[in-house]
Amino acid sequence: MSGPLLSVEDLHVTFRTEEGDVRAVDGVSFTLERGEVLAIVGESGSGKSATVMTLMGLTRSANAGFKGWARLDTGDGELDLVSATDEALRRVRGSRVAMIFQDPMTSLNPVYRVGDQIVEQIRAHERVSEAEAMDRVIQLLDRVGIPRARERVRAFPHEFSGGMRQRAMIAMALSCQPDVLIADEPTTALDVTIQAQILERIRELRESADAGVILVTHDLGVVAEIADRVAVMYAGQIIEQGTLDEIFYDPQHPYTWGLLGSIARVDRPRPGRLPAIGGMPPSLHDLRVGCRFRTRCPHEFAKCAESPPLEARAGGAGDHLDRCWLPPAEKAERREVGGQIGLGRKEPV
Amino acid sequence: MARFVLRRLAGMVFVLFAVSVLTFLIFNVIPNSDPAVRMAGRQASESTIEAIRAEWGFDKSLPEQYVTTMKKVFTGDLESQFTRLNVGEEIRKGIPRTLSLAVGAAIMWMVLALALGLFSAVRAGKFSDRFLTILALIGISMPVFWVGALMSHYLGFKLGLFPNGGYVEFAKDPLDWAYHLILPWTALSLLFIGFYSRVLRSNVLDTINEDYVRTARAKGLSERRVMVRHVLRNSLIPIVTLWGLDFGAVVGGGAILTETVFGIQGVGQYFGDGIAQLDVPPVLAVTMLIAFFIVLLNTIVDIAYAALDPRIRLQ
Amino acid sequence: MTAENRSADLGLDVGGRPGGGWGPSAEGAGPWRLGLRRMRRNPVALAFGALFLVLVGACVAAPVWADEIAGTGPFENHLSDTVVVDGETTNVVGFDGVPIGPTYQGEFFLGADSNGRDIMVRLLYGGRNSLMIGVVAALITTFVSIFLGLLAGYFRGSVDWVISRALDVMWSFPVIILGVALGVSLQLGGLKLGPIEIEGGSLAIPTLVIGLVYVPYMARPLRGQVLSLREKDFVEAARAQGAGPVRIMFSEILPNLASTILVFGALLVANAVLLEAALSFLGAGVQPPEPSWGNMIREGVNRIASAPHLAIAPGVMLTLTVLSLNVFGDGVRDALDPRAKIRVEH
Repeated sequence: MSGPLLSVEDLHVTFRTEEGDVRAVDGVSFTLERGEVLAIVGESGSGKSATVMTLMGLTRSANAGFKGWARLDTGDGELDLVSATDEALRRVRGSRVAMIFQDPMTSLNPVYRVGDQIVEQIRAHERVSEAEAMDRVIQLLDRVGIPRARERVRAFPHEFSGGMRQRAMIAMALSCQPDVLIADEPTTALDVTIQAQILERIRELRESADAGVILVTHDLGVVAEIADRVAVMYAGQIIEQGTLDEIFYDPQHPYTWGLLGSIARVDRPRPGRLPAIGGMPPSLHDLRVGCRFRTRCPHEFAKCAESPPLEARAGGAGDHLDRCWLPPAEKAERREVGGQIGLGRKEPV
Repeated sequence: MARFVLRRLAGMVFVLFAVSVLTFLIFNVIPNSDPAVRMAGRQASESTIEAIRAEWGFDKSLPEQYVTTMKKVFTGDLESQFTRLNVGEEIRKGIPRTLSLAVGAAIMWMVLALALGLFSAVRAGKFSDRFLTILALIGISMPVFWVGALMSHYLGFKLGLFPNGGYVEFAKDPLDWAYHLILPWTALSLLFIGFYSRVLRSNVLDTINEDYVRTARAKGLSERRVMVRHVLRNSLIPIVTLWGLDFGAVVGGGAILTETVFGIQGVGQYFGDGIAQLDVPPVLAVTMLIAFFIVLLNTIVDIAYAALDPRIRLQ
Repeated sequence: MTAENRSADLGLDVGGRPGGGWGPSAEGAGPWRLGLRRMRRNPVALAFGALFLVLVGACVAAPVWADEIAGTGPFENHLSDTVVVDGETTNVVGFDGVPIGPTYQGEFFLGADSNGRDIMVRLLYGGRNSLMIGVVAALITTFVSIFLGLLAGYFRGSVDWVISRALDVMWSFPVIILGVALGVSLQLGGLKLGPIEIEGGSLAIPTLVIGLVYVPYMARPLRGQVLSLREKDFVEAARAQGAGPVRIMFSEILPNLASTILVFGALLVANAVLLEAALSFLGAGVQPPEPSWGNMIREGVNRIASAPHLAIAPGVMLTLTVLSLNVFGDGVRDALDPRAKIRVEH
C-alpha cells in the first residue's frame, strides 16, 4: 500500500458547446494520500466541480472530451478513472469513491424512503440481504447523528430538515466504506450552525476510516477548519498548491492573496469595506497565452505574457507550487496590504 | 392518507352539486328564450309547449325547476322529444360501446406514448427524436373526426382492410368486436399519442437533470436501474394526472366525434344525434352524466397521485 | 425606481426566466432580445409561422379569389350549371347528385359540393370564419384568464376560493361537451346579458363559447404564477413605495406573465380552431349555409363515398393551419424558456 491513494495527472476536460469548446479543466494534477483532506478552492467556473465530477465519471457525455490520468489505488491494483470503461467505473463509484453534493434538498429522490435509497446503494455493490443492509443503514444514520434512526429510515426526504438530509447523504456516501470521499460544497446550502456539525462528521471519517477526502469549496473558513492541503484553482488550472499553513501564511500567488484579503478576520481591525478582486475571470471559450489572471492583477509585468508553469519557487520542501513569475522576495513584499495579506487594487490604465 | 381521501371525497360531493347546478343553468336559464319552446323543438304546437312547461315546471321558480330537472334526470324519467325513447335506456345501451372505445383507445395510447416518449427522450436531439416530434405534432393537429372518416373510407370501404364502421358486441364475438374497433381506437389515440409522448419526453428530460438522478448515478447504480427506478418512476407522476383528465376528455369529447364517424351507436353518438336534432333531454342527460363521471375520475386520480407522490399527502 | 433598474438590480428569476421584460438587464441583451435571437436560430418554427401567415393571408383575400378567379361567391348554387374542363363541358353537379371533383382551373379549382358551390371559394371564406372565431376566442380566453388569474392569485383568500371553485367546476366538463351544451342552448335562444343581446345564429355565439370554455386551462397556470410572483422582492418593494393593488398587478406582475401568455397564445388559437371545427362538425357551431372548415368536413364526411374531395380539402387546410400554429408555438416556447432547450442538448 505505497504510493498515493489517488493520483491525478495532467487532467483535461473539454466541453463542446454551441459557442465553441470550453476548456473547463486545463491540465490539473494533484495527489491525495490516505487520511488527508485536500481542499480545492476557487470561484464558480474555476473548474473545481468539473474536476471532481470527472473523477466520478459524471461528466461523461457525447460532447465531453478527456485527456490525462486519474489513477486510483483500488487495493488490488490501479484503475485510471479517466479511461476506465463505464462498467469498471460504475463498480468503483459509490463503493471506492463516493461523493456528497451541494444541495441536500434536491439530492434525494422524493418518492422513495430515505432508508431504501441507502440500502439501494449497498446492494448495488455488495451481496447482502435487504435486512442486513437495512441494519447497516440504521447504524450509519446513527453514526452521523440522526436521532431515532430506526424510525427515521422509513421517512421520506421531505420529512427531514436540511441538515438531516445532508447527514443522510453523508451516511449514504459512507455506506460502502469508500477510500475516497469527495465533498462538493457540502455546507454551502446549509446554515452556519449545521455547517460545523457536518464538518465534524467529515473529520471523523478521515480519522476513523483512513480515507482521503477531497473537499471542494469557495469558503476559506471551511478550508481553515478542516483541510490539510489546499489547491487553488482559477480558470481551469491550479494556480497554487501547498499545505494549509503554506497557503494561509505564505501564499505565493496574487489570486490567493486576493482570496485571503477578501475575508473578514476576527484577529484584525475591521476594514471599512471588504476588498473584492476587481474584474471577471476570463471566458473559458477563448483562453489566450500567458497568465490567466493578468487582466485582474495589479502586479503584472512583461513576463506575464508567457504562460507560467506550475512550479515550486518558494523554496522549502518543494511541494509548495504556484504559477506566478514574480520572484519570492517581491511576493512577500507586495502581498502586505494595509497590515494584512491582500491583493490591492489594479490601477486603471 | 386516510384524511386526505376523506377530504377529497367531501370536495367531490360539493363539486358534483355545483356541476349539476351549472348544467341546469346552461340548459334552462342562460339562453334567452322560453325553455319550453326550446325543448319543444322546431314547429311545435302550442299544446306541446304547454305540456312541456307543466312537466318540467318552467312556470315555477328556479329552485323548483332545478329540483324537477334533477329528479327527472336521476330517476330516468326523461324522454327524447322526437324519438319518444327513454333517455336513460338509450344511455344504458350505449355505455358498453363507449367504454369499449374509450378504454381500448386509452390503453393503446398509453402504451405507444410511453414507448415513443421514452425512445425520444433517450435519443434527444437526434434525427429519430426530431422525426417523432414532427409526427407527434401532426397527430395533435389533425381533427379526429376527419382522420377517422378518411380511415374508415380508405382503409375500410375502399381497401376493405377493416370493417367500415359499426359495432359488434363483445359477448357475441370478441375477435370481431376488436376488429371493428381497431380503426376507431387508432383514430382516437393519434391525438393523444402525439401529446403524451411529448409530455413524457419532456418530463424524462427534466427528470434526467434532477439532482437525485445524479445522486443515483453517483451511488454506482446500473444505468438501467437509474432510468427505470429513478427517472421513469418520477416522470410518470404528472402523466398519471393528465391521463385521468384526458380519459374523461376522451369519453366526453373524442368519443362523441369518433362514434359518430364510425357509427358505433354509443353514448357519444347518441349525444351527437341529439345535437343534430336540437333535442334537449338527451343532450342534458349526457352532459350531466359525463361531468359526473369526470369529477369522480378526477377524485380517483388525485388519490392515486397522492399514493404515488408522498409529498402531496401533506396538502 | 425605473423598470430597468429593477430588473438589473434584483436579478429576477421568474421560473427560470430572467428579468421582467422591460429592457436590457445589467449584462447584455434582455430576455426578449435573447428570445428573438433564439427564434431566429430555429428555421423550422419560423417557416411554419410564415406558413400560418400565408394561410391567413389567403383566407383574408377570399373575396379577391371569389371575384377575380372563381367568379362566384360562397353561397351561390350552381346546381344546374356546366363548366368547361379540359375542353369538355361537364355538369357541375351530375345527374346522380355527384358534384365535380377538382378541376385545378380558376372556376371550381377544388371542385364543387353537392349544392354546386365552389369549394375553393367556400374554403377560403370558411377559413375566414374559422380563423376569426379561433383568434377572437383565444383573445377572449386570454383576457378573462388574465383577469381571473390576477384576482385569484393576488388577493387569494375568499376571492381565490370562489374563482378556483368556479374554474374547478368548469374544468369538470370536457371542452367539447361544454362547448356543445352552451352552443346548442345559446343557438336555440340567443344570449341576453344586460345590454348585450346576441342572436342564436350569429358567429359571436361559437366565438364566445369557445373563448369561455378554455378559460380554466389558462387561468389556472396564470393564477399559479401570480401566486409565486406576488411573493417576490420587487412586489414587496412596490408595496413599500405605496403602490396600490391595481398598480402592482398591472405594472409589476402582468409584465412577468407576458412570456407565459405568449406561449399559450399560439397553442390556444390552434385549439380554438380545432374546437370550432368539432363544434361545427356536430352542428353546434357555425350553422350552414355560413361556411366553416368544420361544417364543410361534415358535409364531406356525409358524402365521402361518392365525393371524397369534399372532405379532404377542408381537413387538409385545418390540419396545416393547426400544425403551423403548434410548431410555431413550440418554437416560441423553446425560445423564451431556454432552460428547457439547454437541457435537451446535453
